[in-house]
Amino acid sequence: MASQAEEIAEAARVRRNWLLSAPALTVLALGALGPLMVVLIYSFLEPGDYSGVRWNFSLDGWFQIFFQRDIFDDTVGLADAHLRIFWRSVKLSLLTTLTTFVFGFPTAWFIATQPRGRRALWLFLITIPFWTNLLIRTFAIMEVIRNQGLLNSALMALGLIEQPLQIMYTDTAVLIGMTYVYLPLMVLPLYASIDRFDFTLIEAAYDLYASRWRVLRRIVLPIVKPGIIAGSILVFVPSLGAYVTPRVLGGGKNMMIGNFIDLQFGQGRNWPLGSALSMLLLLIVGAALLAYVRVSNREGPHG
Amino acid sequence: MPTPPAVEAISARKTYGDGQAAVVALKDVSVQIGKGEFFTLLGPSGCGKTTLLRLIAGFETPTAGQILLDGNDITADPPNLRPINTVFQNYALFPHLTVAQNVGFGLEMQGRPRREVEETAAEMLALVKLEAMANRRCSQLSGGQQQRVALARALAPRPKVLLLDEPLSALDLKLRKEMQSELKRLQTETGITFIFVTHDQEEALTMSDRIGVMSAGKILQIGSPRDIYTKPANRFVADFIGETNFLSADLSGQTLTLPGGFRIDLTPAQTKGRQGQVTVALRPEQIRPADQGLSATVTQLVYFGTDMHSHARLSDGTEVVARMQTSPSGEAALHEGQAITLGFAPEAIQVLED
Ligand SMILES: Nc1ncnc2c1ncn2[C@@H]1O[C@H](COP(=O)(O)OP(=O)(O)O)[C@@H](O)[C@H]1O
Ligand SMILES: [Mg+2]
Repeated sequence: MASQAEEIAEAARVRRNWLLSAPALTVLALGALGPLMVVLIYSFLEPGDYSGVRWNFSLDGWFQIFFQRDIFDDTVGLADAHLRIFWRSVKLSLLTTLTTFVFGFPTAWFIATQPRGRRALWLFLITIPFWTNLLIRTFAIMEVIRNQGLLNSALMALGLIEQPLQIMYTDTAVLIGMTYVYLPLMVLPLYASIDRFDFTLIEAAYDLYASRWRVLRRIVLPIVKPGIIAGSILVFVPSLGAYVTPRVLGGGKNMMIGNFIDLQFGQGRNWPLGSALSMLLLLIVGAALLAYVRVSNREGPHG
Repeated sequence: MPTPPAVEAISARKTYGDGQAAVVALKDVSVQIGKGEFFTLLGPSGCGKTTLLRLIAGFETPTAGQILLDGNDITADPPNLRPINTVFQNYALFPHLTVAQNVGFGLEMQGRPRREVEETAAEMLALVKLEAMANRRCSQLSGGQQQRVALARALAPRPKVLLLDEPLSALDLKLRKEMQSELKRLQTETGITFIFVTHDQEEALTMSDRIGVMSAGKILQIGSPRDIYTKPANRFVADFIGETNFLSADLSGQTLTLPGGFRIDLTPAQTKGRQGQVTVALRPEQIRPADQGLSATVTQLVYFGTDMHSHARLSDGTEVVARMQTSPSGEAALHEGQAITLGFAPEAIQVLED
């Protein structure tokens, strides 16, 4: 009897909890799932004549991601231009993750080893770029790296180079821009895990005959790994979908997926292809997150 | 040529910070610690014990002075090049490694073959009776077990010297007693020189071959537990170790005149050539009622079971505590307000340096 009453109470409690989370669920459904469904459906339709879609089922959107049909002899070949854009996006995102780590780790370490009272100031300085418009930040980078920009003027004034270095409109420019823009996303989670790190472990390892390099490799990096993984995902995911930075610094030639998707909804007039590309991007990001969850679960309590 | 001491500090000085904020943590400390010795640094918190240990381990470089290991100057060597290991106060076990991996870490870093690393780690875990825990994570162990892992980890590479910074202070009393004898056993079995830091005088007295008593950045006295206890060199040592009565007295020749005019003759070893006003120390357990001695009035009696602490006032107003055995019947032989004569052997008197 008692257990039955308990069950009823439990059911009521569950119902109440669902009701309480109803607003959040509604927002999720309208804000996230809704648009996603629209994009998913569009990716299986035919492109309209000028824009939009025609409501006929078609796999062309997905097909065109990887293959192209020759206009003259109708043969099917790999869409290597698309694949190049994909490859560049993944490569640049991985490189951005790497460079933000290379610069972010010492930065986070520095902040975590400052006296407690001063850390808030450093963290604030790190996040200042967040308060500035992305476009303005990107133009600032452009001011530094363009042919008549700060960097080239300085190098030429010092007599180190004769001709300005062509950095603008190359992958390097995009990499520099994205590293700058996403650096705080790497520093903050790294700082959080280094802050929890027990520095006597370094002395203990150093005492047990580990060289400085091995202290870093064998003790520090494994212990702050959750921070490294979190930072990497926080940088990799938005890098992959970056739009403004490659547009401004990479020019028209060095497109990334984000720009390419934009093109399909504009000049390309191929909404289904744009939608399919968006879904694919989502799948890649999803796969990356899944891999992360797998890894962190395995590392968690025992492995 | 006599063998050099295992560890020697020569006028080691350490100053933290500079200018106005400078703290002199060690003031020209010199000490020699023999091979296979259980040496204890004893002193109140903040007296510089950890600093001296960190100089020996290599975590800090002395501002002035030298550190020698087996007669060789190692002052400039980093910790990973010194065959000296440390047991940290908070254990500092590596949380991402298993117990066995922790214990094998030092050997692995020394580049020993994998088999040897595993065998020695297993051996060390057996030595501290933790074989069953080899594959556990350190976070799954109790405080006492973590302590043992830290010990095994520091002993595994067979260092010439083992440094222990208040390793038992985080344990409860029962476990602490257990670990005290465990440590002593390990030291005897391995023959490794132990330098042990504590602020607990009882721990120091029961475990050590020799004790260095520290205060305010200096080592005040070095000696065996018995020497330190029975022949404290100065007031700080006498006060810090055990309970003591301090009496003002007057030395003339070998004759000591105590408050109330009681006189005794001391040996030259006791007086050390001192004359005039001196302070002497007299341990409470050396005092008993007698026919001859200090005249006093009992002011308070405190019953401790095994013994009785009688507080008494001398004619000059000095409070003296005497620790007396309780009678079999448990009945108090004394009562408060009673006049009493406190006797003691002349050897019990310790003339202190100023
Ligand atoms: N890193 C440091 N910076 C400044 N002062 C320190 C530092 N380490 C220790 N001290 C000071 O040096 C003195 C001795 O400290 P320590 O060797 O830790 O003493 P103990 O271990 O005997 O408690 C103390 O006054 C302490 O405040
Ligand atoms: Mg200390």
